[in-house]
Amino acid sequence: MWTIYKKEIRSFLSSLIAYITIIVFLIATSLFLWIFRDTNILDAGYADIDPLFELAPIIFIFLISAITMRSFSEEKKTGTFETLTTRPISDLSIILGKYFAGLTLVVFSILPTLIYYYTVIELSAEVNSVDTGATNGSYLGLLMLGAAYVAIGIFSSVITENQIVSFIISMFLCFFFYSVFDYLSSFEFLKGTNFFVEWLGINYHYRSISKGVIDTRDVIYFISLVSLFIWLTKIIFGSRKW
Amino acid sequence: MYPRFGHKFKNCLTSQQKIKPLSISVQQLTKTYGQQKAVNDISFEVPAGQVVGFLGPNGAGKTTTMKMLTCFIPPTSGIAIVCGLDVEENSVEVRSLVGYLPEHNPLYLDMYVKEYLDFAAEINKVKNVKERVSEMIEITGLTLEKRKKIGQLSKGYRQRVGLAQAMIHNPKVLILDEPTSGLDPNQIGEIRNLIRTIGKEKTVLLSTHIMQEVEAMCDRAIIINRGTIVADDNTANLRNSLKTESVITVQFKNAVSEDKLRKIPGITKVSSAGDNRWNLHSAGNEGLQESIFKFAVDNNLVLLESKLSESSLEDVFKSLTR
Repeated sequence: MWTIYKKEIRSFLSSLIAYITIIVFLIATSLFLWIFRDTNILDAGYADIDPLFELAPIIFIFLISAITMRSFSEEKKTGTFETLTTRPISDLSIILGKYFAGLTLVVFSILPTLIYYYTVIELSAEVNSVDTGATNGSYLGLLMLGAAYVAIGIFSSVITENQIVSFIISMFLCFFFYSVFDYLSSFEFLKGTNFFVEWLGINYHYRSISKGVIDTRDVIYFISLVSLFIWLTKIIFGSRKW
Repeated sequence: MYPRFGHKFKNCLTSQQKIKPLSISVQQLTKTYGQQKAVNDISFEVPAGQVVGFLGPNGAGKTTTMKMLTCFIPPTSGIAIVCGLDVEENSVEVRSLVGYLPEHNPLYLDMYVKEYLDFAAEINKVKNVKERVSEMIEITGLTLEKRKKIGQLSKGYRQRVGLAQAMIHNPKVLILDEPTSGLDPNQIGEIRNLIRTIGKEKTVLLSTHIMQEVEAMCDRAIIINRGTIVADDNTANLRNSLKTESVITVQFKNAVSEDKLRKIPGITKVSSAGDNRWNLHSAGNEGLQESIFKFAVDNNLVLLESKLSESSLEDVFKSLTR
């Protein structure tokens, strides 16, 4: 697994994917957080970085799909998939190697935003006026949301050898899990089951963790979502043997 | 569908192995894609240390068989055993014993040669990665190219990287799918030499549709057509078995009658090729040229040309896969 992980990280670094992802994420978030008028923290008057946690899930839909779209599609297209799968290494360790490489990139794009957090602490009028609990929770939530997106992206990549198709499917699935369940639950015809429908979506659990109370059920939800997509990836990955 | 007798076969193999260790043993192997049988009930055995050429026209089932032997796809029925291990039951072990160069030699073009070989060594769980990688770079003649990106290399050098990758874990069995396709004559020569060197100590199964390649590199040829084996023998035997007649083309300076030529001992058929050229057919070619020369001297004829054409493996191939 670590061999694959190392190879993926190296290819992220050598193909500039890593730098571009991190830079684009940081530019986009800082524009919204510090410069654009409506979402600007400085004008908002509250000592928190909530706009970041509202924006990041949306930006991640694009960015994470872009990071993961090539992971298996490219191998399939160039044929290296065959060299890889005929080496003495299990399918799961190939998938996990690629998964954790993607996740590492997500972590490294989130990490620099701690500077925003520090800035807000320094700018706040009174000492300890920042809600540390909520912010920590939000960071954990964002991380888990990223983990879920990466799993979805890896899955989208394994089902096709076309990177563009993989990118589009991944964006759709991320968007679907992030907010479509939310919208669905407000429909009239789902009355009675609407809580359950909302519960299926990422947003419900993401908001719940953001409050700063870490509910085990939310953590289990994210772990299950990640496992589900890794498992689906493994099934499709093994489909060469069907 | 054939019943699966994995264990039974393994037992009879071990008793056989005492006499002659088998590297590859394929029993009634079949692979079906939808309705089409890509490989249809083939059986063959390869003893350790043999270089076997797997021959056939495009789409004969060579690649499919190789993919099954390297555990990339499972057989529909039948069994394939590599070094005593079933490719389906002991997939991971088999994969660690086999070195594989797939068709079209897929490589990570944005990796550096050395970086890629390091990766290949690690994924094959090689113990002393550094030593092994520099050893392979030396054997395959990549010393000057090791700091280049694979994408910058010419096709011949990429092929060397592919071979280096396949041999890095010192596998017992090497499976090479069309290792020389698309190379220029010099590169083909180099790769052939390399394979011949490797073949001295390893079992090599290589596929090709070029006859000369088999004559140049292999001890034995298995010819496959439309999914079935049509010939399986030593390269020399294979050539002899189909050598029914040889033809000598001769040219004399002066005119000579057909009847006279027919009287040369050993000649079965005479046909004119115009301009005092004659095609002399004979069952064998022993002493034939000698008797033709003698005939020319006895009849005061000047022999300008005498050319013997033997049937080559190419002819064997053509006649078997038509």
